[in-house]
Order: sequence, then C-alpha cells, then structure tokens
Amino acid sequence: MADPMRIRAAERDGVVNVKILMSHEMETGQRKDGSGKIVPAHYISKVTATHQGKTVLAAQWGPAVAKNPFLEFNFKGGKKGDKIAVTWEDNKGATRTDETTIN
Amino acid sequence: MTIRRRMIATMLAAGAAFGVSAQSSPEAEIAKYREALGAGNPADLWEARGEALWKQKRGPKNASLETCDLGKGPGVAKGAYAEMPRYFADADRVMDLETRLVHCMVTLQGFKFEEATKRTFGSGTNRSDFESLAAWITAESKGVTMNVSLAHPKEREAYQLGEKMFFFRGGPHDFACATCHGESNKRIRLQDLPNLTEKEGAQLAYTTWPAYRVSQGELRTFQWRLNDCFRQQRFPELKFASEASIAITSFLARNANGAAFNAPAIKR
Repeated sequence: MADPMRIRAAERDGVVNVKILMSHEMETGQRKDGSGKIVPAHYISKVTATHQGKTVLAAQWGPAVAKNPFLEFNFKGGKKGDKIAVTWEDNKGATRTDETTIN
Repeated sequence: MTIRRRMIATMLAAGAAFGVSAQSSPEAEIAKYREALGAGNPADLWEARGEALWKQKRGPKNASLETCDLGKGPGVAKGAYAEMPRYFADADRVMDLETRLVHCMVTLQGFKFEEATKRTFGSGTNRSDFESLAAWITAESKGVTMNVSLAHPKEREAYQLGEKMFFFRGGPHDFACATCHGESNKRIRLQDLPNLTEKEGAQLAYTTWPAYRVSQGELRTFQWRLNDCFRQQRFPELKFASEASIAITSFLARNANGAAFNAPAIKR
C-alpha cells in the first residue's frame, strides 16, 4: 500500500493554490540493479485532481518525472471548505486517492 | 615600466575580482535552487510516516511511543530535539535522539536492542523507522533555538570526548573531522564544507539536518551524515547509539547553540 499524499489547498482572491506531494518510487525502467538486471519501470502514469467531484486537472505522466513528485497548480472558482481530491494511478495499476479541504 | 607594471597589477586585480564573483554566483544559484525545492520538500512524507509510527502500537508489548520521554516530559516532542543530546536520569547516561528512541522501543514496546536497530538507514522501499521518526520529531523543533545543556557532568564528559574525536587523526588516510571541517571556504568538488570550529559553520550545518537528499531520493538524518563522514575518512563504522556516536553529536549540537533549528531541510 502506497503512502498517503500530502495535499495543501489554499484560496486567495478567488484562486485556489493546490500543492501535492506524492510518495512514489518513479522508477524509469532504465536502471540496472547490482546483478545487471534491469529494474522494471514503475511510475505514475495518470494524475487527476477534482474539485467537488469536477475534474480541474488531468495529467498523463511518464518516467521522466522525479521520485516523490511535487505538483503545484492553481484554479479559479473554489471556496474555502470545498473538497479537493487527488488520484494517481501507476503503470502497474496501483492507485491512491487522498482528499483535503480548501482553507 | 612602472606604468606597465601598474597596468598588470590592475588587470590582475580585475581578474581576481572576476574570479570571486564567478565563484559566488553559482552558490547564489544553488541557494535559489534550494529555495525552489523547499516549497515541496518530500521530507513531509517522512514526517507524516514518522508521526503515524509514533502513535502506532507496536512490538511485543503492543505499545506506542506516545509516552516516550524525549527530555521535555512523556510524549512531548515539541522543542525536544533542540535540547538533545542530553542527560537522562532514568538511563543514567547522555543520549542523542536515536539512542533515546531505541531506549523507548526497548523499554516501552519491548523490542530487543538488536531488533530495534536492525535498519538504521533506509534505502528504496526498505525504509528506516528512525529516519521517519527523526523527521517528525525534528520538525517539531523547527524554529526553536538550539539549547544543548552542559550542566550535568556526564554531558560535559560527552562534549569533551566529542571534541577529542573531532580533532583525532587516524585511519589509512590520517584524517580527522577537522581536516575537512576545520578551515573556512573549503569545498569537496562543488560542495561547500562548513567550518565546524566556528560558530556560524557549526550552526548552519547542525540546524539543517535531517534533510531530504534529492540525489538519493531519501531523507537522511544527522546520524547518517556522521556515518557517511566516518566512511569517507575510512574510519571504522560509527556504531549506532554508541558512546562515540553520542559524544560527537553532543559536541556538534552544543556548538550550534543559539541558532534557530531549521530542519528537515532539503539538500542537493
């Protein structure tokens, strides 16, 4: 089971700033281990952020994104107390969703 | 002749000035890079895991660490790290954070010493509980002024032993900690080496560990930093929770007194 994300969302002048920290290996599939075998690729391939159930950000990621990725974005129309949910899915089919409220 | 000499002197001075500015600008760039990274410091992930570990019931006694006394009373983590290592009357010895955590794991949770210290440093998916716990506990001291006491004779003893270790030359390279950390403006490759014999250097170094090392993708503790220094000096491995480990930590922590603690940080 993957570790929880850290999500922070703050509203200022009608714009909500969302900061997300995800815990993931983000293995590129190009490294070799001590015995010379390729370490299989393992990375987040899809990220979705929703505001009150409505998608505000959808992204397709690849192995070029760093380990323990940090994602920050802004969107308009959120209010304090609204729910923000973020979901990631990796190339092995594992997924994780975490939620926070805007403050 | 004199005019030409003066011209050369001027050119040399200009060259030297250029050299200085060229050297300080990459440092400024690195500082900017650190600042940009700071907004999303993955150390947060370790802090969250550490807090959960602190509260989780574990071990043969099925107990949490919530009653562990880090020196500010049972279960109080706030500001505790800024006063460590310190003398603990219940164990009658000076302990640093890691040693104290092992002590609590043994006395409260019923782990054996060997079990508790099985994985002191993590790699990849094999995470170390110590790194997570240290991340959370040190974060509880963020902004607190370093105030390591030398009031107890055993605290003084540890400090003095640590000082001796710092200047002790040995190993196949005839190295001491002071060989790298005893002079200002030294570096290894592009890494600036803090001068730990001066207040400023000691404060800057001590108050920025633990740190998330971007190049390793891991959170590393001060304990790890010490072990890696020992490895680089080709010294025998610094034993976890040993008297030597506590002594050198006492020396460096005390020298950082007066500075605001500022970790978990982020380093390249």
